[in-house]
Amino acid sequence: MTALAPAVTDSSVNGVALTVLILLFALVTGMGFWATRWRKADSMESLDEWGLGGRRFGTWVTWFLLGGDLYTAYTFVAVPAAMFATGAVAGFFAVPYTIVLYPIIFIFMARLWSVSHRHGYVTPADFVRGRYGSRGLSLAVAVTGILATMPYIALQLVGIQAVLEVAGIGGESVLARDLPLFIAFALLAAYTYSSGLRAPAVIAFVKDALIYLVIIVAVIYLPTKFGGWDAIFGAAEKKMAAPNAIDGKPNGAFIPSQQQFVAYATLAFGSALALFMYPHSITATLSSSSRNTIRRNASILPAYSFVLGLLALLGWVAIAAGTKPIGLDGKPNAQLVIPQLFEDSFPSWFAGVAFAAVAIGALVPAAIMSIAAANTFTRNIYKEWLKPDATHAQEAKVGKLVSLLVKAFALVFVLTLDKQNAINFQLLGGIWILQTLPAIVFGLYTRWFHRWALLAGWAAGMAYGTYAAWGVANPRSKVAHFGGSLDPIPVLGDLGYIAMTAFVINLVVAVVLTLVLTAMKVDAGRDETIRGDYFADAGDPRVEKNLAMDAHLTTGTP
Amino acid sequence: MSIDTDVDHDTVPPANKGLLAIAGVLLALPLVALAWVGSYARKDPELWGFPFFIWYQFLWVFLCSALTFTAYKLVLRARPHRPMPGHRDAETRRRDDEEAGR
Repeated sequence: MTALAPAVTDSSVNGVALTVLILLFALVTGMGFWATRWRKADSMESLDEWGLGGRRFGTWVTWFLLGGDLYTAYTFVAVPAAMFATGAVAGFFAVPYTIVLYPIIFIFMARLWSVSHRHGYVTPADFVRGRYGSRGLSLAVAVTGILATMPYIALQLVGIQAVLEVAGIGGESVLARDLPLFIAFALLAAYTYSSGLRAPAVIAFVKDALIYLVIIVAVIYLPTKFGGWDAIFGAAEKKMAAPNAIDGKPNGAFIPSQQQFVAYATLAFGSALALFMYPHSITATLSSSSRNTIRRNASILPAYSFVLGLLALLGWVAIAAGTKPIGLDGKPNAQLVIPQLFEDSFPSWFAGVAFAAVAIGALVPAAIMSIAAANTFTRNIYKEWLKPDATHAQEAKVGKLVSLLVKAFALVFVLTLDKQNAINFQLLGGIWILQTLPAIVFGLYTRWFHRWALLAGWAAGMAYGTYAAWGVANPRSKVAHFGGSLDPIPVLGDLGYIAMTAFVINLVVAVVLTLVLTAMKVDAGRDETIRGDYFADAGDPRVEKNLAMDAHLTTGTP
Repeated sequence: MSIDTDVDHDTVPPANKGLLAIAGVLLALPLVALAWVGSYARKDPELWGFPFFIWYQFLWVFLCSALTFTAYKLVLRARPHRPMPGHRDAETRRRDDEEAGR
């Protein structure tokens, strides 16, 4: 591997760290291929088996899977990087975000689980189709899901790249820079293809164990090295208050000022509401074995939020440590701050473990995201619009192929375009995906909203959100568009998360048009669900797929 | 096993509304507390060198977890699962026919 590295100027290849990284990577690759035998199914030839792991994951597997899925490599790289560069508003909001997330999903995810299992829904767009009898609205939800997921997968690659760059792999040569990434993703694609959702479920155990180990060691060991937490917070406060060289304003926020309260809260709530609209979050939830698995998980998943908070603080530890995140191209790049901090402060072998934690942390979400995007394409575009009579085996086959295509696309995206594009699109993806919430979440409670009103609201939210995000300039990073996710809220004037403003516009349009369309008696579509469906649990008719395991069911059927 | 074919499953299963309301309040507490940024955006009092802003939010990780768990227990008791044995709607019949015809 080291032979591939070109002559590097400012950073040498860290041989020990790289060896540990490669060994751990090989370990999870083996596990990924082995996963197809784990809780083996009679046949992998259906989306239920390949794309939802047979819908049989219990509380702990779901905990690892969701933890591995939601707390991505990019999060691990980007949150401390934001803390390092601009402080609490852009970085620490991740903590309230991942706290309020759980009461919110506690409320509605059990309903989505129940109705999805009663009707065999695999994706949120499936539910929208059944609830509103609307192919158009379902297509809007499906396309938004796929569009929002693709750049998210690409960003996982950016996470791996950050680690490899600090480990000394990269530079001018295309071969050295891109080949390791290419190999990593080819292996990921191969075992996702054969094992489906079982692969990330198995790998998630290793990923989470490594992450917990690295973060705990880091927050205990590093402060002793850099003068304790007092010194760390002091250094952070000083850096944030200092004027920026470009615009003369303070570098960032140590603690949000009064003008930033709205920004901080809307970032937290907007992100929390959006996260479980992503197909990959819903895929991981639907793969659980009972209605209550997700609710139990809502009270144990915050363990990850705690770790994420500690990780965010490492961005400030790096300030005290004087970490200089310089890329192999010689330019400063805040995204490299965490891998660089690890390389500077840990013995080589442990830096390798830390690098592996981030790199493997990219694999789990990338696998689940590509599976979720594939499920969505297969169910809501292929079967719905292209081949309505597709069999389960054909669905599984198309799903597997699309999961490969999605990853290939992400790879090409990252390798050919500037990675700022991936970040821009991910920012847009967060804004877009939130616009599907009214159709999905409100639909779980009421049919009051008219399907066309929801579609119009969605379109309005998408249009406003895209336009507003396009208009955000950031002189510090020298970009004229997509410079951040905050924009003045119309009327109020405070800075707020664009996704939330777009969401409010979406809601207003949906409510007004529902009143109009209902008054005009426009066809509201057929609802194939009944009220009891939203409370069904494992064991109820049709909820348990494996009828053989459930002998009592057959006695219930007249 | 009694077959409750006379239960109308197109209804919301009965629930203890009082308990559900309490659970709702428990779930709303963290949301309100964290949305009110003004209540915690300050440096003092510090705890082991951590600014109030930081440790207060960490504290809510644990509080929220405990509140969500309590809400879970309450919800389970408030609305016991209403089984749906023998409930055959049009969709079930269609699928059964499909299975039989295969």
